[in-house]
Amino acid sequence: MHFGLTDEQEMIVSTVRSFVENEIYPHEAMVERTGQVPHELGEEIKQKVIDLGFYACNFPEEVGGPGLSHLEFTLVERELGRGSMALTHFFGRPQNILMACNDEQRERYLLPAVRGERMDALAMTEPDAGSDVRGMKCQAVRDDGDWVINGSKHFISGAEHADFFIVFIATGVDDTPKGPKKRITTFLVDRGTPGFEVREGYNSVSHKGYKNYILYFDNCRLPDAQVLGEVDGGFDVMNEWLYATRLTVAAFSVGRARRCFDYALNYSAERKQFGQPIGKFQGVGFQIADMITEIDAADWLTLAAAWRLDQGLPSNREIASAKLYASETLARVTDTTLQIYGGMGLMDDFPIERFWRDARVERIWDGTSEIQRHIISRDLLRPLGA
Amino acid sequence: MKVLVPVKRVIDYNVKVRVKADGTGVDLANVKMSMNPFDEIAVEEAIRLKEAGKADEVVAVSIGVKQAQETLRTALAMGADRAILVVAADDVHTDIEPLAVAKILAAVVKEEEPGIVLCGKQAIDNDMNATGQMLSALLGWSQATFASELDIDGDSAKVTREVDGGLQTISVKMPTIVTVDLRLNEPRYASLPNIMKAKRKPLDEKTAADYGVDVTPRLEIVSTTEPEARAAGIKVDSVDDLIAKLKDAGAV
Repeated sequence: MHFGLTDEQEMIVSTVRSFVENEIYPHEAMVERTGQVPHELGEEIKQKVIDLGFYACNFPEEVGGPGLSHLEFTLVERELGRGSMALTHFFGRPQNILMACNDEQRERYLLPAVRGERMDALAMTEPDAGSDVRGMKCQAVRDDGDWVINGSKHFISGAEHADFFIVFIATGVDDTPKGPKKRITTFLVDRGTPGFEVREGYNSVSHKGYKNYILYFDNCRLPDAQVLGEVDGGFDVMNEWLYATRLTVAAFSVGRARRCFDYALNYSAERKQFGQPIGKFQGVGFQIADMITEIDAADWLTLAAAWRLDQGLPSNREIASAKLYASETLARVTDTTLQIYGGMGLMDDFPIERFWRDARVERIWDGTSEIQRHIISRDLLRPLGA
Repeated sequence: MKVLVPVKRVIDYNVKVRVKADGTGVDLANVKMSMNPFDEIAVEEAIRLKEAGKADEVVAVSIGVKQAQETLRTALAMGADRAILVVAADDVHTDIEPLAVAKILAAVVKEEEPGIVLCGKQAIDNDMNATGQMLSALLGWSQATFASELDIDGDSAKVTREVDGGLQTISVKMPTIVTVDLRLNEPRYASLPNIMKAKRKPLDEKTAADYGVDVTPRLEIVSTTEPEARAAGIKVDSVDDLIAKLKDAGAV
C-alpha cells in the first residue's frame, strides 16, 4: 500500500487550493450577502480556469479534457469544496453524462461544454420524485415523430447560467410483477426552446448564491435528435455516469470540513478563558481530536473509493460509504466548531455559521444519508438472499 | 539568452513558526515548505522574458536538501525548462549560508553561461538579502537589486529599484544579476498541462562537492527567540488626546 501523492498530484492540490484561496474566498462574503454571483465575476473566474487548463478537468483527452484519473479529479473536487459553491460552479466541471452524446450531439453539446462555451445543468428531481426517481410525472409522448413534453422539475442547480439542460423524463410505463415501472429517457433541452421555461426556485438555507430553479415544460416539442443515449435508456445513462456526483459530495464535504476545522483549531489555541487557551480544556481538546480523526477517515474513504474506480473495481458501496460518512462528518465538524466559537459562531462576522448551514444539504442531495445506507446494506445483504 | 533562476525551499509563508526548544532556529519538522515567494516572482519574470522572446531558456537551480526538488518541480510546472538540484545538506534544519550558495551559483553560472541571473531579493526564512550581491561580486558582474521593473534591451538592462523614499532607475550592463522585489509581477499558478509536463522536464542532481564548494557554516546561531507579544492598545477620545499621547511617547 502506498498513501502518498505523486509530485504532480501534490501540485494539482496546491494549485487548486491557491486558486480557491485567492480567487474564490475574497468574493464569498459578497455572494453570501447578495445571494448571487455577478455575471462578469462568474465569467472572469471561468476564463481564469480555462487559461489554467483546469476547465472540464473531469473529461478525457479525446474530447479535449486533461484526462485526470478519478483520484486526481477527486483531489481537485476536495480542494474546490473549501470554497463557496456559487463561485466554484465556474470552475466548470460539466456533467460526465455528456460522454453519452452521439457524434452529432458532441459538436453541439459535449465539445462546447468542455471548452467552456456552453454551460449545462442536470434536471432529475420533481416535487413528487426525489429519491424515488421512477415516481417522476414529467413525461414525453410521441407526436408526429417528435416528443411532446409536459411537467416540471425543481431544485435545479446552476440553471441561471446553463445554456442547455440534461433532463430525465418518463417515456412510458412497463407492467412488472412488482407493479407498473416507468421507463425513463434522457433529453438535451436548449434554453429558449418553445414551451420550456426556467423560473426562480426556493430560498435555501444552504449555499446562498448557488440557486435552485424550477423548469416548466408546457407542450415542449423536441425531435429525436435531442435524446441522449437510447430511448427508454435513461436509467442506463444514469447508472453509467451519475455515480460520480456522490463522490463529488464526499470530496466537497472533506474539503469544507478541513477548512472549518482550521478555524476550530486556531480558535482553540487563541481564545483564552479562565486564564488558558480553551483548547487546553479537555472538553475542547478532545473535540479537536475527534474532529481530525473523523476528517482523516472521511478523506481516506473518499480517496479509496476514487482509487477503486481507477482500478475498475466495484465501488458502488464504497462511494456510498464515502458520501454518507463525509457528509455526516462535515455536519458534526461544523456543529462542533460553532460550539467551540460559542455565540460568535452564530454571527456572520465569521464564516462558521455559513459552513454550518451549507453542511446541512450535503446529507440530502445526490442521495440522502438514508439512501446511501440502503445502497450499502443492500450491497451486503442481497448476496446472502436477504 | 539563457536565464538562471535560483530558488530556495523555505517554510511556507502561511505557517505560524515555532522556535525550536534549543533555540538554534525554528522548527521545520513536518511543516509545509514552499518556494521562497521572492523567488517565485523571479521565476515568473524569467518565464515572461521567454514569452516576450527575450530569453530562450529558463533554468531553475536550488541548493539545499534533496526535498528541494519539489520546489524545482514547482518552477518547472510554472514554465521553467529544466532544473538543477545541488544537494548540500541532509538535515532540513541546515541552512546553507549565502556565501556558500553564491559560490555554488557562481560555478553553475560558469557552466551554464546565462545572460542574466534573476534572484529573489531575499529568502523569507532568514532575510539575509546577500546572495545576489555576493554572486555579483564573485563573478564581477553588474548587479541591480530590489527590482520592481525590468527592461532588457540588447546588452543593457534598465532596472527600476525600490529604494528608501522612492524609485531609482538604473542601467546595467549585461550579463547581470537582478534581485527582484515584491511589486515586479504577480506569479502565475501552475497550469494543469504544465504540471503534467513538469515530470518529463530534465532535473539534474549534483552535490556541493561537484562544484568544490565547502558549505561548512561560518556563522554560529547564538539564540533564536519569539518576537515579543504586542502589548494591548488603548482607545483615545479625541484627535487632541491622540496627539498629546503621541507627544508623550516621543513619537511626534
